[in-house]
Amino acid sequence: MKPSIALASATESRVQPMADPKVKSRIRNLNFYYGQMQALKNINMDIFEHAVTALIGPSGCGKSTLLRCFNRMHDLTPHTRYEGEIRLYPDDVNIVGPDIDPIEVRMRISMVFQKPNPFPKSIYENVAYGLRVRGIKSRSELDGRVEAALRGAALWDEVKDRLDEPGTALSGGQQQRLCIARALATDPEIILFDEPTSALDPIATASIEDLIISMAGNVTVIIVTHNMQQAARVSNYTAFMYLGELIEFGATNELFTRPRHQRTSDYLTGRFG
Amino acid sequence: MASLSRPITVTASPSALGELRSNVARRRRWDVVFAAVGVIATSVGVITLLALFIDLLLDGYHRLTLDFFLSYPSRRPEQAGILSAWVGTCLVMSVTAVVGVPLAVAAGVYLEEYAPRNWVTTLIEINVSNLAAVPSIVYGLLALGLFVYALNFGQSILSAGLTLALMIMPIIVVATREAVRAVPHAIREAAYAVGATRWQVTRDHVLPYSIPGIATGVIIGLARAIGETAPLITIGALTFIAYLPDPPITTTPPFINFNWLWSGFTVLPIQMFNWVSRPGTAFHANAAAAGIVIVALTLVMNAFAIWLRYRLRKRITW
Repeated sequence: MKPSIALASATESRVQPMADPKVKSRIRNLNFYYGQMQALKNINMDIFEHAVTALIGPSGCGKSTLLRCFNRMHDLTPHTRYEGEIRLYPDDVNIVGPDIDPIEVRMRISMVFQKPNPFPKSIYENVAYGLRVRGIKSRSELDGRVEAALRGAALWDEVKDRLDEPGTALSGGQQQRLCIARALATDPEIILFDEPTSALDPIATASIEDLIISMAGNVTVIIVTHNMQQAARVSNYTAFMYLGELIEFGATNELFTRPRHQRTSDYLTGRFG
Repeated sequence: MASLSRPITVTASPSALGELRSNVARRRRWDVVFAAVGVIATSVGVITLLALFIDLLLDGYHRLTLDFFLSYPSRRPEQAGILSAWVGTCLVMSVTAVVGVPLAVAAGVYLEEYAPRNWVTTLIEINVSNLAAVPSIVYGLLALGLFVYALNFGQSILSAGLTLALMIMPIIVVATREAVRAVPHAIREAAYAVGATRWQVTRDHVLPYSIPGIATGVIIGLARAIGETAPLITIGALTFIAYLPDPPITTTPPFINFNWLWSGFTVLPIQMFNWVSRPGTAFHANAAAAGIVIVALTLVMNAFAIWLRYRLRKRITW
């Protein structure tokens, strides 16, 4: 059953904060600039291992910008600049540091985008691509990991007989699960979701949400969503951002039921945003 | 409800409706006017081409025999043929394609995918676009100085092929850039997000998905080169050739021979030009027949470009 979209029932989160969370990543004094424009202002926040962390806030608050710092997507755009640190544990490296190759970061942290973006290649090749760029050629290893990833994305039963068909021929929801399989195939430490259901219908949305909930426990998830109910349903922790600043961060059920800041409660009750 | 049983009030009076209709009619008139202008403009192009081609056919079709293709030019018009010309065209075009296509595609991909956005890149971009509009005879002059004399390639197939390669490079560069730009940014992001390097993104995604556009540009460029006369006359193509270059493939090891690159040559349009400038209608029939061959070649290449684009695009959907 899909939860009602009323806030009262939506706050009955299906996931709980974790008993003894381990820090997977620590954001310290992070500033980010597009040219002269400062998009992130002194962000400090922890990402807990094997938990789902949601980033919410009104349009333009910097939630997608923060997410894209984690896999250095901004490096593809000229005139962008990071300041501060995002430390990734257990090896304690600063993944936005200038001496760290973005390719190395993206091999550890993968991403699912807002609009499903499968390659115009076969379903199999879509999932296998991350493995192929690493130089894995063994057919049996590829077969096994493609199947595992498709199972992980709850897509295997629907596509196992047509792995050679183009990924772009699938429905929107299936395409997004294909993209999740592609992100899962390389066994990432963190998966980033950038509004993964905003282009999908309610049924496809529900299946993606189920998937995200089932993934937590094995992998660390950070999800950007403009849908507060979705944040409440899938996340253990929520960060509320506004105008490039982190206003409030805490366990999801705490933040939704007892927000400490006026702005958070205004946003949650729909007074702005 | 009681009000429903009453007749509905009509708000538009008959005169208002009349005004509405004349308003629509007035604006519709311009639809008809533009359609008429469009049909006339299209017809000018199509009818001119048809008239030219039919004129060529009437003048030259009786010369289109197997002998015409298998004979050297001759002083006797009824024995003259285009053997050395079409062989020359094939060899020159293969040099053009082998040299020009990889260089132009690499340049186009580099400019679009790798080059930093700064004033140097902008300058190069403007220059490439302008090069596409430089008259072909200017390329001929450049090639005469560079290939024929400075590099000492002589008046050879190699010089001719390189000249035409230079000439069609801007066309292919521009087509490549447009095709590369049409690959959605989301696809690149998807590939980068799983850890691909720039070269892997280019090799596995950008290039394969832009092949239809690139192939079209390549064929249009080659089709233009096939009909070029001026730059080849400038570098000294022969107008009368009664021999063939050494064959590129030999029966004795190493089976490949590059002597043909240094050979003198003629090509179809030059052969045609030669016959046109001779007195006597018999040679003019030969010229018309050679013209038919050139036009047919160009049409076939363009048709192939369209077919190829259609075939390849069908497989790529975003």
